[in-house]
Amino acid sequence: MGSGNEQHLLSKIATNNGHGENSSYFDGWKAYDCDPYHPTQNPQGVIQMGLAENQLSFDLVEEWLKKNPKASICTAEGISKFKDTAIFQDYHGLPAFRNAIAKFMEKVRRGRAKIDPERIVMSAGATGALEMIVFCLADPGDAFLVPTPYYPAFDRDLRWRTGAQLVPIVCESSNNFKITRVALESAYEKAQEANIKVKGLIITNPSNPLGTVLDRETLRSILGFINEKNIHLVCDEIYAATVFSHPPFIGISEMIEEDTKFNRDLIHVLYSLSKDMGFPGFRIGIVYSYNDVVVNCARKMSSFGLVSTQTQHLIALMLSDEEFMENITAENARRLAARHDLFTQGLARVGINCLKSNAGLFCWMDLRSLLKDATIEAEIALWHIIVNEVKLNVSPGSSFHCSEPGWFRVCFANMDDETMNVALQRIHTFVSQVNGAAQSSKKKHWQRSLRLSFPSLRFEDVTTTPGIMSPHSPLVHAPI
Amino acid sequence: MKHNLLSRKATCNSHGQDSSYFLGWEEYEKHPYDVVRNSTGIIQMGLAENQLSFDILEAWLAKNPDASMLKRGNVSVFKELALFQDYHGMPIFKDSLAEFMSEIRGNKVRFDPNKLVLTAGATSANETLLFCLADPGEAFLLPTPYYPGFDRDLKWRTGVEIIPIHCSSSNEFQITETAVEEAYRRAQKRNIKVKGVLITNPSNPLGTTVSRSELHMLLRFVAAKGIHLISDEIYSGTVFDSPAFVSISEAIMEIKDYNKILDQVHIVYSLSKDLGLPGFRVGAIYSDNNSVIAAATKMSSFGLVSSQTQHLLSAMLSDKKFTGKYIMENKKRLKERHDMLVLGLREARISCLNSNAGLFCWVDMRHLLSSKTIEGEIKLWKKILYEVGLNISPGSSCHCTEPGWFRVCFANISQETLELAMQRLKAFVNSGHRSGIQRKLIGNSKKLSLSKWVFGLSSSEGDSGR
Repeated sequence: MGSGNEQHLLSKIATNNGHGENSSYFDGWKAYDCDPYHPTQNPQGVIQMGLAENQLSFDLVEEWLKKNPKASICTAEGISKFKDTAIFQDYHGLPAFRNAIAKFMEKVRRGRAKIDPERIVMSAGATGALEMIVFCLADPGDAFLVPTPYYPAFDRDLRWRTGAQLVPIVCESSNNFKITRVALESAYEKAQEANIKVKGLIITNPSNPLGTVLDRETLRSILGFINEKNIHLVCDEIYAATVFSHPPFIGISEMIEEDTKFNRDLIHVLYSLSKDMGFPGFRIGIVYSYNDVVVNCARKMSSFGLVSTQTQHLIALMLSDEEFMENITAENARRLAARHDLFTQGLARVGINCLKSNAGLFCWMDLRSLLKDATIEAEIALWHIIVNEVKLNVSPGSSFHCSEPGWFRVCFANMDDETMNVALQRIHTFVSQVNGAAQSSKKKHWQRSLRLSFPSLRFEDVTTTPGIMSPHSPLVHAPI
Repeated sequence: MKHNLLSRKATCNSHGQDSSYFLGWEEYEKHPYDVVRNSTGIIQMGLAENQLSFDILEAWLAKNPDASMLKRGNVSVFKELALFQDYHGMPIFKDSLAEFMSEIRGNKVRFDPNKLVLTAGATSANETLLFCLADPGEAFLLPTPYYPGFDRDLKWRTGVEIIPIHCSSSNEFQITETAVEEAYRRAQKRNIKVKGVLITNPSNPLGTTVSRSELHMLLRFVAAKGIHLISDEIYSGTVFDSPAFVSISEAIMEIKDYNKILDQVHIVYSLSKDLGLPGFRVGAIYSDNNSVIAAATKMSSFGLVSSQTQHLLSAMLSDKKFTGKYIMENKKRLKERHDMLVLGLREARISCLNSNAGLFCWVDMRHLLSSKTIEGEIKLWKKILYEVGLNISPGSSCHCTEPGWFRVCFANISQETLELAMQRLKAFVNSGHRSGIQRKLIGNSKKLSLSKWVFGLSSSEGDSGR
């Protein structure tokens, strides 16, 4: 069915575009879905480099699972816990779960901050956790300041059902996208001028998509700013344990323990095991607030998305195995570092630079020199070529609201070494063809495309996106 | 902390948690009954949980290690599960869930897995549906009495209003056309736009199944008004006696004209009551309306079902031998337990609404009220909580318009505990409560300060002292 009449039957939220899935960003997903790379079955397919997943350390987890059958409440060893676990729907969460999460968060912060299990509120994923924080802090129409470039789904998570607004803080490559006091003030003033009430600032540290960590000076400046304006600070720290080289991660918790003049009631941390451990399917999101009223409110709201106790049980056991967690965190960092270096060096060999980064599951790649001109259209044109001709799904900077065209986020932790090498090979080929020592019609074709416009046929193929993916698309909703 | 720094949602009371429903729960948490450690503690009869059939689940688990060990055919699927976050849900899980839903309805209807949206519990399913169907300020009509949690689930973050459809004991709380029309008019008078009706079938707290004629009446009503009908059927597997359960999905097939309103009818389901797995957070929305499914699917990002849980339950629900046996045995046990409660109440000269489903009875204590008011009901409730040591749910927390009704759960405690609860109640009633004699409140002390008649009863019966 689906008569035109029925639209009025649904809410505004259900019929607007707040879910964000109609953006051109999803073209890459479509291309991948229709033609996914497989080393033997489809070696010419599109390689997925738009998915910020951490697939590097599953072997270690699987080993641990074999050694710890109790972690499953359904095995002979664990079954005594089955009934109690299956019944437990207390939104405080299993004590063992909260304690284990708190301990792990402390470890990741190198013991520089105390994490109180009583303040831990769970949510079925970071997506729900962030929305929950917004519901607690802002009324419809209120705004949050967010530094660009930022994770595309913030537009949905922060705004869709909450009615909140997002005001960008423009950051630029000239100073490596640092969040400056000037930029903060400028964004705040813009909001004031537009009569928009600013309720808070959201930072992602380590940054998605930049892969960098915030330094102490920036964190202090941010804290000073929010204190002065008396607005909230939400720190999305879901990549905290993906820091693989210097400088170290400094959590906001560490900052406010160091310096007690900042108002703690304004500080809230968002965490998850989706990136650090690579468990997005298990839906483990955490809200950690220093504000008692927010903790209480969020806890009640968490009823709308609790973590399955089956999962809480597994995670509690795993995370409280301190030796294992020590090992996996260190090994994971080593593997990320290796993968990052392999990729950035491979790019450097063909003259492509990335923003210097030491965290995250991706690089922020600089392709400005390949753009016909410094416009979003040129960036999207280049992107279509990369997706459809080079056959790599990477994420265009414009989808992250980057103010400068030509940057692309490329993920490197969601594939094996062989696939990474294939991807690098394709990039090499592409760049050589563009720079073109050899004369060929292909070269002219690339040059034409980049200098003038993209081949119109190809453009039409992919820009008309209905935003509705195939029912069996495995990827759509999490363009992380 | 200045409150204006937080949202209105954070500082108001729409979460409903100050209601007596939750207060009783809190009190129970402070002094919970335990047969060994706290034999005079409060017995929890305010929690609609199904704890009767865990042995059947556990037996299945013992025989099916793969499902629980995150394996398939002895190969680890851990990585695949850990990464799976597709909001369309695991196909194999949705297939098995759709079939399970069919089986519960005697296979009289088939459910299309593509029209199912998975959510982290029915709590999330109901809220998500409301976000899809109504704007802030608009309303849904709900028959009273209704599940207290709806005040939070349907209204809190959505900004949607609930307008009650008043049902009364004069006709066993059935939903009449008059009452529905009256509620609709009340909304209109307040200039509130009604977007739909939400019923719970089988009903919480009544424990009754909604009759075929009521369902048809509601379908006609929503058709005429061009509004939605949500049928929360999370207790559909707990129907242990006649009349048989009639799902809205069946009713809608019975009249050809209803084809036109398929887009307006939606079902909410969950495994929390039927399978007794509230901790696993498995809820679902079922709708023929593609736009609703599309929007709800995207919204489910805010509360997906853990893939670990989807994996376990898809194996369990695909095992038809297991599901058949479980459904049958579970109903049998529910009936036995229900009958025990009814008999026990009768011995205390307390009657309850004739019921054939659910995990509770709707108990009539109007004759025990000192005054036929909400205050009188709360006074009685507190007596029962603090003096008799039973946490039951007062009808006012369910928005019942007649004081004196209580919801009493029977499937979350052992048989022995239920027997003890009945004894306490009987003693309370026999002690001449009707004369309205004030009893000492227990307060916060854990020490034994129950009225001596309860203590006296216990020691003479020689049971709770063990």
